[in-house]
Amino acid sequence: MQPIVRFLRGFGRFWYDFIVGDDPKIAIGVAVVLGVGGVLVARETVSSEALVVVLAALLLTAFTVTMALDVSRHQRLRA
Amino acid sequence: MLTSAEWALAITVFIAAVVELVETLTIVLAIGLTRGWRSTLAGVVAALLALTVFTAVAGYSLATWLPEAALQLVVGSLMLVFGLQWLRKAVLRSSGLKSLHDEEEEFRATTAAARDAGVDSRLGLDWFAFVVSFKGVFLEGVEIVFIVITFGLSANSMGVAVTSALVAAVVVLALGAAVHKPLTKVPENTLKYVVGLLLATFGTYWSLEGLGIFSASTEPLEWPGEDLALPLLLLAWLAVSRAMVWRWSRLRTAGPVDVSSHLEV
Repeated sequence: MQPIVRFLRGFGRFWYDFIVGDDPKIAIGVAVVLGVGGVLVARETVSSEALVVVLAALLLTAFTVTMALDVSRHQRLRA
Repeated sequence: MLTSAEWALAITVFIAAVVELVETLTIVLAIGLTRGWRSTLAGVVAALLALTVFTAVAGYSLATWLPEAALQLVVGSLMLVFGLQWLRKAVLRSSGLKSLHDEEEEFRATTAAARDAGVDSRLGLDWFAFVVSFKGVFLEGVEIVFIVITFGLSANSMGVAVTSALVAAVVVLALGAAVHKPLTKVPENTLKYVVGLLLATFGTYWSLEGLGIFSASTEPLEWPGEDLALPLLLLAWLAVSRAMVWRWSRLRTAGPVDVSSHLEV
């Protein structure tokens, strides 16, 4: 492998591990909520003050779901 | 005089920096005491120089090229994902589903690895000591720099963020120099939980404000009550995480639990 390719791969891997970490579901959940939020903002269908509250609730829900998925998977493996 | 938001920023950066610096100190002490200080300190200095360049480039690029709402969206999203990773580990640790971080064990493991490593001399340095101390300082340092830059830029208080990190460095270095062993008394796991909560809170606030970049005006969105939304968000993240800890702590009472092989932690 070319040294530059190896460096770029290592560089990308470092930042992936740094930001996304052990559980990609968290990053995916955040990206989905913010993506939906971006679309709703662009369409201007909801007032911004109501929208941030709803999206914050969705972020809390997304985190809870990803954590619950992890723990329930663990319980299945234990069983 | 600092505003309440700046105090929150200063405290968050200080705690996060203390946590990371305690881990860095453990690595540097283990390598320095086992392999000698010359090459170890050379690794530390090289890492600090690399961090300085990284900070200048990343900070300047973000502050110069992105409009306010886009900056809040990018920086807030990164902070949110980063903070939720910390919060995830903290919840699993508090629930007993993941083992607690143990500085003494970390010190023992690093010391053993340093003793077992062969001698490889390059540029007049013990290469193992140089590389391990460089990596330890750089990788933990990047986390501090990341938090300093994201908080500093989002709150427009880079001076407060940098000062807090420097104060943390002075405190940890002074304690490390005084006791000459890992700072095992620092309640790292609790501090990481606090930092995770604060990063998730500010990350939520700024990333959602930053969605305003998609509006016709491209101005940041407004929270009801503006900054008063921050304590409510903090309470919400605290309530959700405590509910998880309460629910999953009960799993332990059903029998011994070792999730390290099941959960990617």
